[in-house]
Amino acid sequence: MSRKSFRQSINEALRQEMRRDPRVILMGEDVAGGRGGTSGVKDAWGGVLGVTKGLLTEFGEDRVLDTPITEASYIGAAAGAAATGLRPVAELMFVDFVGCCLDQIMNQAAKFRYMFGGKARTPLVIRAMYGAGFNAAAQHSQALYPLFTHIPGLKVVVPSSPYEAKGLLIEAIRDDDPVIFLENKVMYDDEEDVPDDPYTIPFGEANLTREGDDVTIVAFGRMVKFANEAADRLAKDGISCTVIDPRTTSPLDTGTILDCVADTGRLVIVDESSPRCNLATDVAALVAEEAFDALKAPIRRVCPPHTPVPFATVLENLYVPNTEKIVAAVRSVASYRMKEEA
Amino acid sequence: MQIARDILLRSYRSMRTIREFEERLHVEFATGEIPGFVHLYCGEEASGVGVCAHLTDTDTIASTHRGHGHCIAKGVGVDGMMAEIYGRQTGVCRGKGGSMHIADLSLGMLGANGIVGGGPPLICGAALSHKTLKDGAVAIAFYGDGASNEGSTLESLNLATVWNLPAVFVVEDNGYGEATGSSYACAGNQKDRAAGFGMPYFECDGNDFFSVYQTAGEAISHARNGNGPAMVHVHLARWYGHFEGDAMTYRAEGEVAELRADHDCLVNFRRRVTEAGLLEAAALDDVDMAVKDAVEAAVVAAKAAPLPVEDDLLKDVYVSY
Repeated sequence: MSRKSFRQSINEALRQEMRRDPRVILMGEDVAGGRGGTSGVKDAWGGVLGVTKGLLTEFGEDRVLDTPITEASYIGAAAGAAATGLRPVAELMFVDFVGCCLDQIMNQAAKFRYMFGGKARTPLVIRAMYGAGFNAAAQHSQALYPLFTHIPGLKVVVPSSPYEAKGLLIEAIRDDDPVIFLENKVMYDDEEDVPDDPYTIPFGEANLTREGDDVTIVAFGRMVKFANEAADRLAKDGISCTVIDPRTTSPLDTGTILDCVADTGRLVIVDESSPRCNLATDVAALVAEEAFDALKAPIRRVCPPHTPVPFATVLENLYVPNTEKIVAAVRSVASYRMKEEA
Repeated sequence: MQIARDILLRSYRSMRTIREFEERLHVEFATGEIPGFVHLYCGEEASGVGVCAHLTDTDTIASTHRGHGHCIAKGVGVDGMMAEIYGRQTGVCRGKGGSMHIADLSLGMLGANGIVGGGPPLICGAALSHKTLKDGAVAIAFYGDGASNEGSTLESLNLATVWNLPAVFVVEDNGYGEATGSSYACAGNQKDRAAGFGMPYFECDGNDFFSVYQTAGEAISHARNGNGPAMVHVHLARWYGHFEGDAMTYRAEGEVAELRADHDCLVNFRRRVTEAGLLEAAALDDVDMAVKDAVEAAVVAAKAAPLPVEDDLLKDVYVSY
C-alpha cells in the first residue's frame, strides 16, 4: 500500500496488466509522443496529461503505439484487433473526440457480440478524459457517460478515486467486452492509499462511501467526492446520508440503489452530465418504477443546466454541481413532508 | 508581382499584430491569469495573413485550435479576442468560448475549432452556401498536417471536388501534430493527396509572406472563378509548443532559436519591402509602435472588463426553445 495519485494508479494498472499479458497493447495520440520529432526523445509526453508516461520505455514501440490524429481509424483498429486476438487499451484523449469515431464504437465494437450470434469477443478498453473544471470549454469538457450507457454492448466505468481507478481499470482490461473507462481530468492529482499489487473491482457492484438513515445520495465519478463532503457536513446537522458510488453506469447496480432507497425513502442523484437523458434521469426512473412505495419525498437531481460547458471560470463554476448544491438538495428532501391523504 | 502599398501595410500590420498578441499571451499565460488551453501561432503569421489578404468579409474561413492568427488575419479585433481569452463578458464570444472557439461570423470567421479536422467539412458547407447564393465568395479551410490525416478532412477533399465547390484547403504544415512529427504520422505526401482527388496543388514557403500571398492568390482565383477546389500546402514552423506549457522535448535543441534567428517572416518582410523601396522603415516602425499600444490596451481592458454573470450561463443555447 502506498500513496498514489489518480494518474499514478491508472499508469500502474496499465503497467501491471501489460506485464501480465503480452496481448495487452496501448494506442492513442501521443500516448508516448515524440515519434518523428527532431530531438530523438521518445516518450516526450506520455499522454497529453502524462498518464501513460514511462510505458513506452518498458514495453517498446510495438506495444505502445502512437497514432496519427485519426480517431476513427485507430479506435476502429483497436476494435478490430480486440476481435482478433489482442486486448487493446485505446486512449481517446478527451471523450469529446468520440464525435470523430462514434461509429466504430457504437455500430462496430458494441454490436459484434450480439450481431454475430455470440461468436465474437471484443476485449477492448477505451480510456478518455471527461468533465468540466479546466476551462477547457465546450468541446473538451463534456461528461458523456450517458451516451455510452445508452448503447447496449458497452460497459461504462466512472471511477471516483485513485483506489477505484486502479481496480476498475484492471477489471476493464481483463473483461472480454468493450469497456469505456472515463477519467475525470480534474482528479488526476487526487491522492490516496492504493495497494501496490494488482487487484480488481467487479463491475456492477456499487460502493457505499457513507451509510446513513435519512437520505440516499447516488453520485457518479468526481461527484462522489462532493457527495461525501455534503454528507459529512449534513451529519453535523443531524441529517445522515448514504452515499452510493455505482462505479459503473453499465452494468448498473440497481439492487443496491433500491435497497438503500427502501431504507431512507429519500433520494438525491448527483450527475455531472447534461441533465436530459442522463444517469440521474435513469436512476430516478428506476426508483420511481421499482420503489415508489418507499419514497417519502420527491426525487431530486443535482445536475448541470442544459447548456454546453461554458469557458469563463465564473460560468463553469456555476455549471458544475458542487457540495453546496448537494447539501441544499438533501435538505429539501429531508424536510419534505407528504400532504395528508384526502 | 506588384502588391499595392495599402495591402502591404495592412498585411504587415496583421502579421505584427499576431506576433505581438501571441508573444504577449505567452507572457500573460505564465502568470496563471489566463484560464484554459492556449495554442500560439507565433512563426506562422505569414500564412494566415498571406491567404486572408485575398479575402473580404463575404469570404469564409474555418480555423483550428491554433486560431488566434487566422482571427486577426480575417479582421477580428484584438480587444474582443483578448477579452474572450480572459473569459470576460466583453469577449467576442461573451466569455463562453475562450481561446479555442473564437468566432465572428459577421467577418466570415467560422471559428477556431477544438476538434482536429473539424473545419474542412464546415468549409464544404460554407462553399456550398457561396456557390448556391452566387455571392462570388470562397471558403477557406485552414488545418494542420495533423488534421490532414483525419477522415473528415479527406472526405471533404472528395466532397469539394464532387460538388465543384469554391473551396481552398490550406494545409499549414508545421511538422508536428501535437508532439508527434508529421514524418511519422503523415503517409505519402500532400501533393499526391490533392492529385488523388483531382484538385490542383500549390506549395509555398510559410516564412515568406510574398510566397504565400502569390500562391494563395492563384489557388483562390481558381476556386473563385468556378473551377472547383484547390489545395495550398504551406511549409512553416511553430515557435512555441502544441499548447502553452508544452516543454517540447520532442524538438531538437536550438531548433526554435534557429527559426527565430533565420526564418522570421516579419524580418523577411521588412527586409524585402525596404530593400525594394516598397515601404519605408519608418512606416513599419510606426506600425510596430501602434500595434504594441493596441495589444497593451487590449490586455489592460480585458483584465478590467466585467465577468459574465449567472444569467449568461443559460443564454444562447438555442435561438428559441
